[in-house]
Amino acid sequence: MEINTPFFKQRAHDALKDENLQKALGNLKAGFPEKRAIAVDRMPEFEELRNQGRDLKNHILEHLDLYLEQFESKVIENGGQVHWARTSEDANRIILDLCKQVDAKTVTKGKSMVTEEIGLNDFLEANGVQPVETDLGEYILQLRGDHPSHIIAPAIHLNLEDVSETFHKHHNRPKSDDPAVLMQEAREVLRDKFVAADVGITGANFCVAETGSTIIVTNEGNGDLTQTLPKTHIVVTSIEKVVPTLEDMTLFLRLLARSATGQEFTVYNTLSTGSRREGDQDGPENFHVVLVDNGRSEMVGSEFQDMLRCIRCSACMNHCPVYGAVGGHSYGWVYPGPMGSVLTPQMIGIEKGGMLPNASTFCGKCESVCPVKIPLPKLMRHWREDEFQKHLQPKAARYGLAGWAFLAKRPALYKPYARMASWFMKRLAGKKGRIKKLPLAGGWTDWRDMPAPQGTTFMQAWKEQQKAGEQP
Amino acid sequence: MVTYMPNTPSGPRVGLFVTCLADMFRPSVAFATVKLLEQAGCSVEVPERQTCCGQPAFNSGDRKTTADIARQTIDAFDGYEYVVGPSGSCIGMLHYYPEVFDPADSYYQRALDLKSRSFEITSFLFDVIGADALQDQLKLLQFNHKVTYHDSCSGLRQMGIKQQPRQLLQQVQGIELEEMEEAETCCGFGGTFCVKYPEISNRMVSNKTDYISNTGAHTLLGGDLGCLLNMAGKLKREGKQVEARHVVEILAGMTDIPAIGEADYDLAQKL
Ligand code: SF4
Repeated sequence: MEINTPFFKQRAHDALKDENLQKALGNLKAGFPEKRAIAVDRMPEFEELRNQGRDLKNHILEHLDLYLEQFESKVIENGGQVHWARTSEDANRIILDLCKQVDAKTVTKGKSMVTEEIGLNDFLEANGVQPVETDLGEYILQLRGDHPSHIIAPAIHLNLEDVSETFHKHHNRPKSDDPAVLMQEAREVLRDKFVAADVGITGANFCVAETGSTIIVTNEGNGDLTQTLPKTHIVVTSIEKVVPTLEDMTLFLRLLARSATGQEFTVYNTLSTGSRREGDQDGPENFHVVLVDNGRSEMVGSEFQDMLRCIRCSACMNHCPVYGAVGGHSYGWVYPGPMGSVLTPQMIGIEKGGMLPNASTFCGKCESVCPVKIPLPKLMRHWREDEFQKHLQPKAARYGLAGWAFLAKRPALYKPYARMASWFMKRLAGKKGRIKKLPLAGGWTDWRDMPAPQGTTFMQAWKEQQKAGEQP
Repeated sequence: MVTYMPNTPSGPRVGLFVTCLADMFRPSVAFATVKLLEQAGCSVEVPERQTCCGQPAFNSGDRKTTADIARQTIDAFDGYEYVVGPSGSCIGMLHYYPEVFDPADSYYQRALDLKSRSFEITSFLFDVIGADALQDQLKLLQFNHKVTYHDSCSGLRQMGIKQQPRQLLQQVQGIELEEMEEAETCCGFGGTFCVKYPEISNRMVSNKTDYISNTGAHTLLGGDLGCLLNMAGKLKREGKQVEARHVVEILAGMTDIPAIGEADYDLAQKL
């Protein structure tokens, strides 16, 4: 997928001016966070579950090789195959080869952020295989030539009107703005595609090492048709999704549904274990799992390892005031919000992704809702440290910081400077008590007044007061 | 060298962490903090060798400067029973100091020690001194206005400050607290964030000022000057008639001083 992350600022500017988008973002704000809060309130042990989730993920990451190997051997035992893809290119090639093996013309797809990450759709299309997205949101986006702006609600940036127009244009049917009618329309169109598909591609929320199963959770049931009807089912997922046992998986399912949508359980939880066995009524003849690395194994053992705990619930972006203001597309690549601000620089490089970890006030809301307690602000700070070491920050910011640091490390110098600044701003403000325009601080005064200081510093006033107190 | 001010000799010896913003913008907030600490029986000193907590360097990824400033602060506040300041964010930065040192560094243990004895003012008064430590003084105060309280991010999520300022405020006569919608959502200040991403920051603070004025409050209160300068500046720019003050100004009965960004007030002339 095209990388637009360096243009974050411009995209955010446009997003803030886009009334339709702002309306859609307003709905998001009122939706997921409230539902999550209700679900969490109903579960007194939720905090304890989060600790368990964090600890279990940490354990898995310490033994990632072990669980992945166990998973692989179980998949093979069940008649499936596992393919290891170090890079996006590797993954795409492997998937294309598998499609070619069965002479596939069309593939149906369940929602998968990993396939967005590796740019699978464009690659398949360029090589003569037509992918068809079957998740309603993804389907709408595909018709529009658009990309997800959210990891679980991909079309959250669109309004009903947008959908109605898109369907009218592509389905050749009378225009409707009734969600039920639109839904039915999509169902009917997609039915044929499900039946015609040669290959079904899904992601996986988790891979279970003890059984070799993968699981997808959806609220639409499209995933089931995607993976059971075609002859070949390819699961495209990433290495950190492995969990030791089915029991462990249920811990994460409980955390995931509540954190994501406030549901106690997602509607469809579909496990796939190997290929069709004798006597099975349905299921694919060929079962493949493509395990994508794409920079993840580098994160193991690094200061970013905690990020690999992520279960892609989206709570961090749902609660993020920056995401809430500018939406997912502003982030310019696949993963938006706080989790994207940590992952994106890892995957596209800090040189291109540096805007993101800087676009945070470190308010900490994301960390406070993350079901596996990822210290997202701290990880964003680590990226800033990386940038600092590589001198990637803008010159003005670097020199400004250096000048300030010089003073802050010298109390005797710092004090007169602080006093001067206070005095100077006080004079600028005059009688009004606030400054409308402050040189070098346009970022502030373009949008808000600068309240005037009180004319001298506390350190000075305190000293004078003490002196006065000492006099007889 | 520390400036020593003798007061109640029996109470704990507290080093005041002034914070840059109180120092430069609103010394009255630091004076109010001193007053409250003294009312609570502490003897307050202001170490000369303090400057900033180092947060700008920390959040810009400059670990070396952060560590230098952390050492300076640790040295400056050596020996005080407590270190108290009028900001959850700056005191929160002091709590991050152990993270910037290698555990083998001699400053690591000292950083842990500083963390264990440094407190934001309302949390110090309420959690350390005790819920009714100031009840005699607070009940003499009168503030006949509706107020609303913004929970600053570091104070709330890092330091666990939520009930402390509210419980203290409730002891003031005549005060009415009306909670705003999304009191716990960031105001968009974020240190350098507000100048690096001014438009996003502006959206965040605009949401905030809407929520504030929806309460019909006369005064907005908070525990961090960064957020308060941001919100007060926006309220003023929008022409909204809400005053903004640091919570200690109310608790110390210092409301005769004009609110933030409100009118001319020259401290230098009062000295
Ligand atoms: S970082 Fe945490 S909150 Fe965000 S998507 Fe991942 S698991 Fe969910």
